[in-house]
Amino acid sequence: MITILRELVQSFLTFLERVGLLVRFALRLFAILPSGLLRPRPIIEQVYNTGAMSLVIIMTCGLFIGMVLGLQGYDLLTRFGSEEYLGTATAISLLRELGPVVTALLFAGRAGTALAAELGLMRATDQIAAMEIMAVDPMRRVVLPRFLGGVIAMPLLVSIFIVVALFGAQLIGVEFFGVDSGSYWSQMRSAVELSDIREGLVKGLVFGVACSLIAVYEGYNAMPTAEGVGRATTRTVVISAVVTLVLDYILTALML
Amino acid sequence: MRSTRAIDISTGLFVLLGFAAILFMVTQITNRGYSLKSDSYRLMASFENIGGLKTGAPVSMAGVTIGRVEDIQYDINLYKAIVTMRISDKYRAIPNDSDASIYTAGLLGGQYIGLTPGGSDVPYKDGEQVIMANDAIVLENLISKYLFNSAATKPGESTPAPAPAAQE
Repeated sequence: MITILRELVQSFLTFLERVGLLVRFALRLFAILPSGLLRPRPIIEQVYNTGAMSLVIIMTCGLFIGMVLGLQGYDLLTRFGSEEYLGTATAISLLRELGPVVTALLFAGRAGTALAAELGLMRATDQIAAMEIMAVDPMRRVVLPRFLGGVIAMPLLVSIFIVVALFGAQLIGVEFFGVDSGSYWSQMRSAVELSDIREGLVKGLVFGVACSLIAVYEGYNAMPTAEGVGRATTRTVVISAVVTLVLDYILTALML
Repeated sequence: MRSTRAIDISTGLFVLLGFAAILFMVTQITNRGYSLKSDSYRLMASFENIGGLKTGAPVSMAGVTIGRVEDIQYDINLYKAIVTMRISDKYRAIPNDSDASIYTAGLLGGQYIGLTPGGSDVPYKDGEQVIMANDAIVLENLISKYLFNSAATKPGESTPAPAPAAQE
């Protein structure tokens, strides 16, 4: 009994320690932020790695999310004889929730794991230690551009996701089920406010910061073994997903 | 690793695509920033009651959308709502005695303006006023009218009933 209790306390303390380390890591990252912005070249490369390389999966998933929204939305709305609200329902749910959240989850799976594995492998093969020996700050040189690339790419990915999904829903609702295309778009226009778009973009930015931070933190602090790299990638996805969903609730409550 | 140039090009493409998506969201799926192209003309109509009509609502003829409601103002002198419609230039030849009515799409749907063509040979000019404008049918008024009517007919059917009461 006592050993169980002790273990529980121990694991709680480990958790607290990890949160503290993450915060310290984040603060250090923000402290060197201005100097990192002075060298745009590596950031552009990371925008390519995290953003442009995720484009295909984001667009494919966006298309299918939109199509399923069109299908489900049509089925539900047609019971009330109000199919013309399909555009409104799709746009609002995409802008406020599905767009940022699904993109963040995909981002964690596609770009977050890549970042964590890359940094973890750098750690495992002593590349980071080598940089420190050469008096090159690995935080500035390696971590910061990766973090910033993710932060820049994320809101753009969110908006691409939403627009593709809107056309996916239109494909099913309008082309397949025959909802009037004029009312699909005009009902959407009359219901969607600029604040909805702002909510989606703010969420995208916050999720981008959170997911990129977790990915670079887990990778940078991975145990320098093959197993450690594997564990870092797994934890990146799990923690990113949980943090995204918790943050989503908080942000929604704040902005509603 | 691909060449730097290829990376630059695809990064640029990605960023442009992202900003195009933001632009699309801001201009195309909200009312703000929404504008019909310049090849259109305006029609005005004044209504006693526009119900739930909003700017951006469709203006249709025989069910085909030919324009949008651009602006809704309240005229304090006439006690009427002045609705400005923007009609696409493709539909220039609308007879100038056509009338405008506010309809509801579906039972609970959004409201729109329907134009019914008249018989005149002269088309509407830019900025001209529609003379015949029928108000929106407000569901509450309809229900209260129905209730009022049924309440009014009941005493009519039983007119003898109050008479004996009076005699007592």
